[in-house]
Amino acid sequence: MNNSNNVLIKLRDVKIYFPIFKGVFKRAVGYVKAVNGVDLDIYQGETLGLVGESGSGKTTLGKGILQLLKISSGEVTYKFNGEEKNLKSLSDEEMFEARKRMQIVFQDPYSTLNPALTIFNQLQDPLKKFGVKSKSKRREILEHLLEEVNMPKESLNHYPNEFSGGQRQRIGIARALSLSPNFIVLDEATSALDVSIQAQVLKLLSSLKEERDLTYLFITHNLSVAEYFCDRIAVMYLGKIVEISTAEEIYNNPLHPYSKALISAIPVVDPQSKFDRKRIILEGDVPDPANPPSGCPFHPRCKEVMEECKYNIPELKKLLKNAKGHYVSCHLYKDEFTKK
Amino acid sequence: MINDSILSVNNLSVYIYANQRCNKAVQNVSFEVKKGKILGMIGESGCGKSITASAIMQLLPELARIEEGEIIFHDDDGDIRIDKLEKNGSEMRKIRGEKITMIFQDPMTALNPVYTVGFQIMESLKHHLNMSKKQAKDRAIELLREMGIPSPERRVDEYPHQYSGGMRQRAMIAMAMACNPKLLIADEPTTAIDVTIQAQIFELMLKLQNQYNMTIMLITHDMGVIAELADDVVVMYMGSIVENGSIDEILMKAAHPYTKALLKCIPILGKGKSQELEPIKGTTPDPYDRPKGCQFYPRCDYATDKCLEVPETYYISETHSVKCWHYMRVLENE
Repeated sequence: MNNSNNVLIKLRDVKIYFPIFKGVFKRAVGYVKAVNGVDLDIYQGETLGLVGESGSGKTTLGKGILQLLKISSGEVTYKFNGEEKNLKSLSDEEMFEARKRMQIVFQDPYSTLNPALTIFNQLQDPLKKFGVKSKSKRREILEHLLEEVNMPKESLNHYPNEFSGGQRQRIGIARALSLSPNFIVLDEATSALDVSIQAQVLKLLSSLKEERDLTYLFITHNLSVAEYFCDRIAVMYLGKIVEISTAEEIYNNPLHPYSKALISAIPVVDPQSKFDRKRIILEGDVPDPANPPSGCPFHPRCKEVMEECKYNIPELKKLLKNAKGHYVSCHLYKDEFTKK
Repeated sequence: MINDSILSVNNLSVYIYANQRCNKAVQNVSFEVKKGKILGMIGESGCGKSITASAIMQLLPELARIEEGEIIFHDDDGDIRIDKLEKNGSEMRKIRGEKITMIFQDPMTALNPVYTVGFQIMESLKHHLNMSKKQAKDRAIELLREMGIPSPERRVDEYPHQYSGGMRQRAMIAMAMACNPKLLIADEPTTAIDVTIQAQIFELMLKLQNQYNMTIMLITHDMGVIAELADDVVVMYMGSIVENGSIDEILMKAAHPYTKALLKCIPILGKGKSQELEPIKGTTPDPYDRPKGCQFYPRCDYATDKCLEVPETYYISETHSVKCWHYMRVLENE
């Protein structure tokens, strides 16, 4: 799967900065570097997990890929029918068409549905906009979609307040699917749900992926869910990707000190493993993204910090001896980038 | 018999009245909190775990009322019936903050943004321990240092917005620990916090528990947190306790279909794609339109007609009790 022909979305040195305005003239006095140079390939048909703590820039990156946020620099290319296109260079009409193929499911199923409209009224808009002229046809499509997400088709006539969180999230998924996209960003799509409902939604998402040959970018802070659901996982810290590998590899053989700490910090429901896991407790907090530390962004909290880490920013590089494609950005593995 | 519990809740029922409807949020709940142990209370949203905690602290919202049952706090010099005390009476105020304290889920809304963190910690020191301003401030600095907040001399005069999320939660714990309480009720203390910070907070709570031989009642929806921290577990579903036992009994020999299903629908880190998640069918019922009898039966695989009656509580061992007609079948079906 991991050959370059299958790359659906390619990110090169993507940066998303938010200016901080101050003073009478509202001049930009600084920037919050939410995403600070990300290189990423998303392959056709995979589920890529993007994990990290709050403020690490995962949602910003997800929205940046969909052009819902303006990218400050760098490029996002997307493959349409075998042709790679830079999303920034598209004309408005082309971008309009491109939006059909990329959709997003948001975290909070309560604030993402309009409480004043029935489900039909809010779900029909995209179809209307993208050329399904007849109302009965739109209803037919939506009824079919709702059945696909295991909701009764009568739900179309109801208002959002009549549904529980899990049901609303299903409606959100149906909305994302309505234009038959092939790429969906799932932004913490199961985080607001109770565990018993979360499992239902995860199952639904995997069966939809099979049926419709979808590609997911699964943004989450929950590593257990990511490990269960994703093929590959990218770990983000302070606007940068620090490690990418397959889900098993990230768990069994994390390399970056941050990934190690993150994995050890997660409470596990397993009475046997309770005592033989050693927990790495990180000191301090995530630094301010407006003023990131020099060098490696993780160095002030890192246990294995070296002199070099303080001024030299490590690059995300592939470990050569590992055939599965394990990328890490850390000076500790300097030698292993070159030797087989 | 030596009483080794610090808090007993017997047959507690709390109803909430809103829009001329009644939500039986907590129904006939009984449990004991053992001295020096961590009791974990787990359940999904709306199961009544926070309402139970609020009832213990007498902090219920105005529309909620304790219908029946008793809450007994076993103090060193005799038992106190908390449910009989006046909500804002002097006795309740004495218990709150001095004997029993509580930390909340969201430290930003629980701290007052217009007072300094130091002021808020000193408040309870001055009130309960009659300290002078100077003494209280010294103690506040000491507490902040103990909680691992860097340069506490400066931080004590800062406002909550100047603290990060993890530090705010530490400040909350400092406030709760100020008078060396006997019982700390932690209501989802780390839900709003990142995992690496969560690990720091748990480490701190365990340290404090050892140091002061404190009892903790930990309320959470995260089975992982329970597995790592709790000694005893109470599982709640739709206002009732469905199972109660030691952590090993709950994790290894779950006897209630809900507990069992709950354990099966959580992805476990390290098992990756090889694990098969089994979602619980259906959704949690509307609290105003509850099923008859056992609250779980519409979603339960073991349900029979018998479940239309409220199940009795069965004791499997001295510590392990379950509220299900079919627990034998659940246990056999390993």
